[in-house]
Amino acid sequence: MKEQLEAIRKQAFDKLEEINDIRELDELKVHYLGKKGELTQILKGMGSLSPEERPIVGQLANDIRTALEERIAEVKERLIKALRDEKLKSETLDVTMPGRIRHLGKKHPLTAVLDEIKDIFLGMGYEIAEGPEVELDYNNFEALNIPKNHPARDTQDTFYISENVVLRTHTSPVQIRHMKSHKPPIRIICPGRVYRSDAVDATHSPVFHQVEGLVVDKGVTMGDLVGTLQAFARGIFGENTKIRLRPHHFPFTEPSAEVDVSCWGCNGSGCRICKGEGWVEILGAGMVHPNVLRECGIDPEVYSGFAFGMGIERITMGKYGIDDMRLLFENDIRFLKQF
Amino acid sequence: MKAPLKWLKDYVDINVSTKDYVNAMTMSGSKVEDVVNMAKDIDKVVVGKIISIEKHPNADKLRICQVDTGNEVLQIVTGAPNVKEGDLIPLALVGARLPGGEIKASKLRGVESFGMMCSIDELNLTKDYLPDAPEYGVYVFTDPVEPGTDIKDAFDLDEVVEFEITSNRPDCLSIIGLARESAVTLGVPFKKPNVVVKEEGEGDIHSITSIEIKNPELCSRYSARLVKDVKIGPSPKWMQRRLAAAGMRPINNIVDITNYVMLEYGQPMHAFDFDKLEGGKIIVRTAKEGETIKTLDGQDRKLDPNMLVICDENRPVCIAGVMGGENSEVTENTKTILLESANFNGASVRITSKKVGLRSEASSRFEKGLDPENTILALNRCAELIEMLGAGKIVKGIIDVYPEPKKMEALKLEPERINAFLGTQISKDEMVRIFKSLEFEVDENNMTVTPPSFRRDVEQFADLCEEIARLYDYNNIKPSLLSGKESMQGRKTYKQRMEDVIRNTMMGCGFNEAYTMSIVSPKVFDLINLPVESPLRKAVVISNPMGEDFSIMRTTTIPDMLRVLSINYNRKIDAAKLFELSYVYHPVDGELLPDERETLTLGMYGEGADYFELKGAVEELLMAMGIKDFEFKPEANEPTFHPGRTARLYIGVNNEMKACALLGEIHPEVAEKNECPQRTYVAVLDVAVLIEASTTNKQYKQLPKFPAITRDLAIVVKDDLYVADLMAAIRKKGGEYLEDVTLFDVYKGAQVQEGMKSVAFSLTFRALDRTLKDEDVNEALERILKYLEKTFDARLR
Repeated sequence: MKEQLEAIRKQAFDKLEEINDIRELDELKVHYLGKKGELTQILKGMGSLSPEERPIVGQLANDIRTALEERIAEVKERLIKALRDEKLKSETLDVTMPGRIRHLGKKHPLTAVLDEIKDIFLGMGYEIAEGPEVELDYNNFEALNIPKNHPARDTQDTFYISENVVLRTHTSPVQIRHMKSHKPPIRIICPGRVYRSDAVDATHSPVFHQVEGLVVDKGVTMGDLVGTLQAFARGIFGENTKIRLRPHHFPFTEPSAEVDVSCWGCNGSGCRICKGEGWVEILGAGMVHPNVLRECGIDPEVYSGFAFGMGIERITMGKYGIDDMRLLFENDIRFLKQF
Repeated sequence: MKAPLKWLKDYVDINVSTKDYVNAMTMSGSKVEDVVNMAKDIDKVVVGKIISIEKHPNADKLRICQVDTGNEVLQIVTGAPNVKEGDLIPLALVGARLPGGEIKASKLRGVESFGMMCSIDELNLTKDYLPDAPEYGVYVFTDPVEPGTDIKDAFDLDEVVEFEITSNRPDCLSIIGLARESAVTLGVPFKKPNVVVKEEGEGDIHSITSIEIKNPELCSRYSARLVKDVKIGPSPKWMQRRLAAAGMRPINNIVDITNYVMLEYGQPMHAFDFDKLEGGKIIVRTAKEGETIKTLDGQDRKLDPNMLVICDENRPVCIAGVMGGENSEVTENTKTILLESANFNGASVRITSKKVGLRSEASSRFEKGLDPENTILALNRCAELIEMLGAGKIVKGIIDVYPEPKKMEALKLEPERINAFLGTQISKDEMVRIFKSLEFEVDENNMTVTPPSFRRDVEQFADLCEEIARLYDYNNIKPSLLSGKESMQGRKTYKQRMEDVIRNTMMGCGFNEAYTMSIVSPKVFDLINLPVESPLRKAVVISNPMGEDFSIMRTTTIPDMLRVLSINYNRKIDAAKLFELSYVYHPVDGELLPDERETLTLGMYGEGADYFELKGAVEELLMAMGIKDFEFKPEANEPTFHPGRTARLYIGVNNEMKACALLGEIHPEVAEKNECPQRTYVAVLDVAVLIEASTTNKQYKQLPKFPAITRDLAIVVKDDLYVADLMAAIRKKGGEYLEDVTLFDVYKGAQVQEGMKSVAFSLTFRALDRTLKDEDVNEALERILKYLEKTFDARLR
């Protein structure tokens, strides 16, 4: 009987090595270990053995059974893993194929730049003030120290609706409205659409956009203006941007300045963007003219302030390298999708 | 203002390179726009003297010249017909650089030539600059000049600096003014002119003529001199060249002298033929009703009583500060001249010049407000030049009518306050130095400064700050960031935050943002089939438009959206989805300013574009803005839109349903007119209504703990019934457990009777406190169905 058992062990283990699928394995398990399996049969026949032999054979049969069970489990695990591996392999995708694009819409570049500008100034405690585009001559000019027949009106070719109503030529009238309705301290930016009668070409448009800023408080200095413009320029054009102020004249500020930033194309060494100058003019600024403060009911002996203004189109074109302003108003989808 | 450098150098030593000079001037406030070097491309061109000329053996049109260059004689072959032996000409030597390229030794029809005789064109010079140049051919000097002289010297070629002068600094519209600024900027002395007038003319001006100012508010000063024995002729070359370099055309000695003085001193001058002045006198007054004048340009001009004119005893002879009259014009036969140097009211000159449509060098200076103290200085300079050029003899004396001399007011000098305003620490002594260099009178005892008369723009404290700041250099001011000021909160308003929600939602729905112009043509109304009586045709009209295409403020954004769609469509772009957030402008009766309504416009065509895609985007927006009370109603009467595929959106605001939007398919005829595809979809939404109805308040609702029961309900109804009405009915009768109703199918065709449709809904029922039983749901379904049968004649399918 012992020999018989050893033969079964050998046979079973040999067969196990050749098995390649789970079904065969199950059959093999049944064949040896099932109720009618070979090993079970042998154990059933143990009654014919002598009491001395019985425990020895029983021990052997149990050992074989345990070893076989363990081995079967091992093989089963190997087979399952192989199966899974094969499935995974068959499921391989070409992950370099394009994803499913949702085609989100894009912000117009003018909005994108305006949003950046707003973020910078919101962060510095400014509010965003708005006002009408069709404005009183008074708010657009007179309150800004530009009386009727002042030569400075020449520099802004104005669309008139009637003698006293214009399409605003800048967003400064919003500053006037704000100063008249709010007490200092004031910190606002005024973004918006403005109008000047310039024919449409690569760098001009009768309709364009501006952001102006205004700060009025006790003890505001020109140094505050310089620092604010520097912070702004760095925010928009990068940390290494420098600014340069040149004296200029605006009727509504005194002192007044035109402000250049170091060219973003060449960092100041001279290139096509800055026409070799190393600087690009982007805004006008100055200390609010005392006549303007007075006109708005703010005492210039007590308060001072600064103001600045810039064209969004110009900055947008500079930032993105757009060489023709008309593209901004044409709205070709292929253009808009680039931003 | 174009300033030739050599002219400036008469009054200031510019001791730095042109590049440094230009930069320094820009940084002190006189912005340089351009520098034109007249000799930029000219090198190795000298004066040559033609010694002999012989015929070319092989060409009829060529001649062989021997030309003395000062140190050698060169053989030059020329085709120029206008040169003769003894002529002095510009000769480009071998190796010379010219605007047209380099000159090389060459053979012309077998004869060697070592250079080229030049015309003014070849030297890139103008006839204004060299009026004695022939129309065609080589330039021939009309004055003696040494052979071998560099042409740059012989022609006095200069660098011309073009300054942008701001309207507050009319004093800088002059060589003297710019020289003064240059001196301050460079820290070198300003060389004040020393003018000497000999007055060799016969008699005394006071016994010959008189001047009367009737409107001193428009003419604060009138100064005049008389010139006798006038000899009209060309002015000398140096004067012609300076005038031409500064942008003025030389005419004759008298005109040139008055222009020269205007450029040099910034004071416009005028010369009258004295013998043509009736009564021999000048009266400055406003024009009388009906008066006219023929100006020097030959045009008849109507005058009105607001215009200031210079008159003789009987008639206007000049529009003050704008242009002289033909009736008193200086001509070749003029014997005696009255020279005017006056100060006119800037605004008055500006209005007059606008009204008569004439802007001159003189008027553009006067309208900025000139220094009345300058009239005599300029008049004397003019007299000096007339004597110098032998153009006439100056009569003794000046008539100077100056009823109310304007004194400059002293301003307090407060160094500490200036520093506090600028954020600087500039010493008092430095400020005093700056003001003195600017020719301000400084009284250090009383701490006051008085601006010079030519600085009428300096009126108050801030103006003094600017003078200090610009000469200290703005860029030396230390940057600060409102340090020590009360900190403030920067926040968008509710409206601005809602605008962000709108943009973000539209982009999420795949719409790209567009910007279009808000000035449009009145023709756009026809393009969208607006009826003649439509209130939208009433627009804000621009009184001085650039042309009809840009003449009114838009009252609707639809035409602009259609144009944008059409641009894309015509460029063969398959599909486009666009939105714009902008304003329309509606005139309001009795109000000066229009109602500016913010409008959201959506537009699309191409794959995926249909009515429900459009409506879906609008619904997404309503959800994003927290708007729950709304209703879409069919709109068949909008001529811009398809009558069967258009809806109007109403939104509940304060218990009232307000019209908020129009959305639908564009009428095929409108699509065609606008070159858009036949299936084009547009929506316009009133943003103010959206914002009014919107809310950001959100309240968490507990997630359901018990399962839901879902049932489908398919009914057959008449085709013209609205699904929205059916859904409302289902909700109405659904009972407390009905959680949601969704439409999942609408079917017409086989198995459904003609004129009917099958509509299928999915209904979700749920109780918050228990698991529903079938009976609960069956009861509700029965109730719903009965109501649908009764109300809509619906049948269960």
